[in-house]
Amino acid sequence: MSRKVSEKEYEKTLTFRLRQWLSGAKDPFLDTVEMKPQQQIRESEEVIREHELQHQRIVEHSYDVEHNAQVRLFRKFYKLFSVIFCLCLVFILLVGVSSLPQYGHEENPVNNEVSARYIERGLQETGAINIVTGMILDYRAFDTLGESHVLFLATCTVLILMRRDKKKYQETAEHNDRIYEPKNDVILQTTARVLVPFIELFGIYVILGGHLGPGGGFSGGAICGAGLILYLNAFGFAKTERFFTGKTYKCMCFGALACYSLAKTYSFYTGANHIESVIPLGTPGAILSSGLILILDICVGLVVSGTMYTFYVMFRKGGY
Amino acid sequence: MSVGNLSANYQEAIAMIMFAIGFSNLLLQKNLIKKIIGFNIMDSSVYLFLALKGYIAGHHAAIVTDGVQSVDAYINPIPSGLVLTGIVVSVSVTALMLSLTIRLYSRYHTLDLDRITTEVKKGGF
Amino acid sequence: MELFFDLLLVFLLVCTIAVSLSKNLLNSIIIYMSFSLVMSVIWILLESPDLAITEAAVGAGVTSILFIITLKKIHAILKNESDPDHEETKEEHHE
Repeated sequence: MSRKVSEKEYEKTLTFRLRQWLSGAKDPFLDTVEMKPQQQIRESEEVIREHELQHQRIVEHSYDVEHNAQVRLFRKFYKLFSVIFCLCLVFILLVGVSSLPQYGHEENPVNNEVSARYIERGLQETGAINIVTGMILDYRAFDTLGESHVLFLATCTVLILMRRDKKKYQETAEHNDRIYEPKNDVILQTTARVLVPFIELFGIYVILGGHLGPGGGFSGGAICGAGLILYLNAFGFAKTERFFTGKTYKCMCFGALACYSLAKTYSFYTGANHIESVIPLGTPGAILSSGLILILDICVGLVVSGTMYTFYVMFRKGGY
Repeated sequence: MSVGNLSANYQEAIAMIMFAIGFSNLLLQKNLIKKIIGFNIMDSSVYLFLALKGYIAGHHAAIVTDGVQSVDAYINPIPSGLVLTGIVVSVSVTALMLSLTIRLYSRYHTLDLDRITTEVKKGGF
Repeated sequence: MELFFDLLLVFLLVCTIAVSLSKNLLNSIIIYMSFSLVMSVIWILLESPDLAITEAAVGAGVTSILFIITLKKIHAILKNESDPDHEETKEEHHE
């Protein structure tokens, strides 16, 4: 630091002594005023131990919920008031229900022109025979996009919470189910050998036939995921890891979500002017009809099946 | 206050009673797993209510058959679509809550919420 | 048809009350599974087949499996102690 005066002269100035005092390097009163320097208080071992015991006793007494009279009174009142609160809630809801229009009537206000439009022009505008599938994947495709992202987000959160480092927890049983492997239960394996192909086939059928009959991406994806869970239970971890690893899940979900987003979010950038789809609608009733709905069904089905399987696998063994 | 349509809408009344039972599970049960089951019951009762709103007596499911496309032949498809999304979101939320329960248990070794909050206040996280 | 629908609704109510009042955790989960199954049948009676397939696969399938897996994890960590607020279940250990 450059100064106007040299180091020695600076040490004689008032500013230097002020700075020393502020930083606590030197106490200016130490040898000038008649004051002895402070001595460190040294307590004996017993005093320290007794203080700790007292502190522990105070903590235990204050957090002792079993013998605290106030807490017991509070618990009784809590039960009483929660029952009263639930009864009030039921009462308010029943009053609401009693002022609703009659159940099952055609002229209810809920059956308005929106549903009339979906039913009357749904087949021509979306090409889907199943009106509900056409609605959620064409008219209201953003809702389904958001919902797929909610599934993906839930999977990420379960991954964060339940994932276990393979190197650290290899040995203990509670963290890793692998010490119970392989199971080779005869009944389970025979049944699974027969059932799993049919389950997967049925799941794929429900996904692909979403626009032709009941079903769709969600239902078919859940069925496929359930089939994968059965396979994992019957044949063990090693055989399932041959074809379904973490990388599989990542590629599957990322690909499906990216495909869906690209197909439906470009209208953010074109100023909400939806470009007319170049994919022709085709004849209703054929499988290759209804434009984008088939592709979006497959995307949603992949995401949902991956999600169901991931939940199970994370809970069981903390990793893929 | 008149009774109104309470007896005509008894199915919706039952759905609301189920909602209140699920809610009382949240308040009155000590065990965390029972609370989560109560949460799921609340979800299911709301979906039941929504689907009841969409039903029209005498009409069929919303799948176009024989080219009939009039409003008089099909139920309202909109609540059905909403509930479809809701069911899958409900399973995600349940999985999230269960994984949180497992981690809480591995840290505090109890499923009682009162004891967990007491332990947290006593000793920090 | 109306009578059948009403019977199913009453069964739902009985299931929810039974879930709250049962002491055994495994029992509650199995009653919840049957609750889900009856919901699935109710969706069909309300003319929504998509909801029925989804609820059958998801409610009576995946959610209940996740509950049972959670019970297993909790017991595994507990090992052999008995915890009073933990409500024992008679679950046999894996072989």
